[in-house]
Amino acid sequence: MTEPQLERLTGFGRAQSGVSRVLRPRTADELAEIFRTVVPTLRTLGLRGAGRSYGDAALNDGGTLLDTSALTRVLAWDPDAGVVDVEPGVSVEQLWRHTLADGWWPPVVPGTMTTSLGGAVAMNIHGKNCFRVGPLGDHLEELEVLLPNGERTVCGPEHELFRGVVGGAGLLGCIARVRLRMKRVHSGNLRVTVLPVASLREMVQVFEEHAPEADYLVGWCDAFAGGQSLGRGVVHRADYLADGEDPQPARTLRAEHQDLPARIAGAVPRAWARHVFRMLAHAHGMRLVNAAKFGMHRAFEREHRYLESHAAYAFLLDYVVPGWIEGYGRAGLIQVQPFVPREVGVGVFEEILRLTRRRGLRPFLVVFKKHRPDRFLLSHGLDGYSLAMDFPARRRADLWSLAREIHVLTAAAGGRFYFAKDSALDPESVRRAFPEENLRAFAELKRKCDPQARLQTDLARRVFPDWFERR
Amino acid sequence: MPSPATQRAIVVGASSGIGEALAWQLALEGNDVALVARRGDRLDAICERLRGAGATGRALVYVHDVRDPAKVGPLFERIVEDLHGLDLIIYAAGVMPAIEPDEYDSEKDRAVLETNLFGAVAWLNEAAGWLTAAGSGTLVGISSLAGERGRRGSPAYGASKAGLNTYLESLRNRLAQHGVHVLTVVPGFVRTAMLEGSTRLFWVSAPDVAARQILDGVRARRHTIFVSRRWRLVAWIVRAIPSFLFRRLSF
Repeated sequence: MTEPQLERLTGFGRAQSGVSRVLRPRTADELAEIFRTVVPTLRTLGLRGAGRSYGDAALNDGGTLLDTSALTRVLAWDPDAGVVDVEPGVSVEQLWRHTLADGWWPPVVPGTMTTSLGGAVAMNIHGKNCFRVGPLGDHLEELEVLLPNGERTVCGPEHELFRGVVGGAGLLGCIARVRLRMKRVHSGNLRVTVLPVASLREMVQVFEEHAPEADYLVGWCDAFAGGQSLGRGVVHRADYLADGEDPQPARTLRAEHQDLPARIAGAVPRAWARHVFRMLAHAHGMRLVNAAKFGMHRAFEREHRYLESHAAYAFLLDYVVPGWIEGYGRAGLIQVQPFVPREVGVGVFEEILRLTRRRGLRPFLVVFKKHRPDRFLLSHGLDGYSLAMDFPARRRADLWSLAREIHVLTAAAGGRFYFAKDSALDPESVRRAFPEENLRAFAELKRKCDPQARLQTDLARRVFPDWFERR
Repeated sequence: MPSPATQRAIVVGASSGIGEALAWQLALEGNDVALVARRGDRLDAICERLRGAGATGRALVYVHDVRDPAKVGPLFERIVEDLHGLDLIIYAAGVMPAIEPDEYDSEKDRAVLETNLFGAVAWLNEAAGWLTAAGSGTLVGISSLAGERGRRGSPAYGASKAGLNTYLESLRNRLAQHGVHVLTVVPGFVRTAMLEGSTRLFWVSAPDVAARQILDGVRARRHTIFVSRRWRLVAWIVRAIPSFLFRRLSF
């Protein structure tokens, strides 16, 4: 077993970091051995997959971190049933590259394909199809979990641990194996429909109009537009192609079809995109980019349609601007993503967008999504909408203060929060946002699985201080 | 409101004097502080008073004798885990036993060097490794004007502080490239137990004034500060005195 290394690690947004002794098991046996012999000797242990949570959910500053990203074996794949067993370090990209040629795509993918499956389960990620198929947890058949109390548990959806481990931010146990039901697809392409909208209210109308039929819906908002145009943007709807619709499914289902060419428009190397992004990564540049993006889409006819590969649609930033996070410079970014109930969504989001304007802190990227409730204890899912806002992490004190204002507004509106995106949540907002019985049930599971409260992260200590307090 | 430069701090030698004043001020500002010293009862009393004073930062107590360097590594790891990281470490432990004019006691001198220099090296080396990985943070050593020249009154004490000065300068030069800041504090007379019974004192600072100046130096990322400033002039004069004159001075 390798010795732990002292390392500084960051969240995906690179605005938060911590120094930890990092354990990196290379095999499942090593992982099990660590839980048998090392974990009982540790005072704190944070769990980390690919480190794609934006804030501090996969950091344990001062303590030990267990990084499972080297456990990348696909353990079993049944192309007839579409069920796959993977180790926790398998990435979303590795997964679809393994299954797509057989006609299967992951049922839920996040906006970056570099996420690990272990992390994706721990955060119960959602995708652009959340309103229709729910979060990843709704597609899991079985999990193998290593608990700090020394137990190894295999749990299916009916197991008492399942509702806690899925979306439990790695606070109950380490996911050692994931069994996932994939989605059958008949083409490597999606049919994409582009729908420009003049305001946030119109965005919501378009979502509600298309949601009953659409497979995917995602809205981009121009964060710099105000007045009557507040929240103007573009909705990208995507639908699977039916069996027989794609004349060449064998070709489009090949992994190579999902890859974008190395050069944009046949001339500009795609690697340059991040440098262009970096040059524009300031308020004036982003105002220009947002306005240009909106203007370009509005110039098309009202409903513009085209075919696009699954990967290009799902992982837009990975594809178009590889390394886009670096564009935010040394300060990095934080994402704030309030989730609010359907009936109050528009009003709360309009208020939040106005607030960002008043505070002089504009997000560079704003993404709107629709969600549905689910059964997981620490779930962000609700019958409503979310607005993900990427803020450059400059003027940190002001930015954190703005985030807190947004959290207060969200909690007061009956909203929820998503730990994978969080950098600034406070315990009171969490207490108000999540049902009391869910928090109590989760705390009970925590006491049972991890009586010494060894599993902890910077995020966990920040939002659940009572569970970890030592004076 | 705690400053990012001081949010999680270790004060070694926190049971009295400048160390106590630093720990007190850090905790009152809302920082989390680990108080390290040999006298646990005194540390507990400080924490009790801090709670009474409404300190919002956590004050954690660790009993440790700085003359036991083998225990520094594990204790440092434990503290950093309890603080959930580290932004600042201050080595404030120090002794200055009275030395008779014709006294040459190696055991006594060893104790001075172990406390003032080897303890500092053990603690600051641990912290240097950690902060290098973090790419940020501050190390502070409390030195003395006595380190400027070899006075006849306290050879081992002066040597320990001269050694500490050089060690801190060396650390500063090594760590600057990693974003880690090293501050050398040169106090003049500060009203602490160390100076009890001393005569001919002047320009004496209160420990809380010294602590405030030191923390300002941390936040301003200064390399060397004199407590108070006018002692810089004294240091300059002391350094400039020719050797044949210096050996005739009685201090």
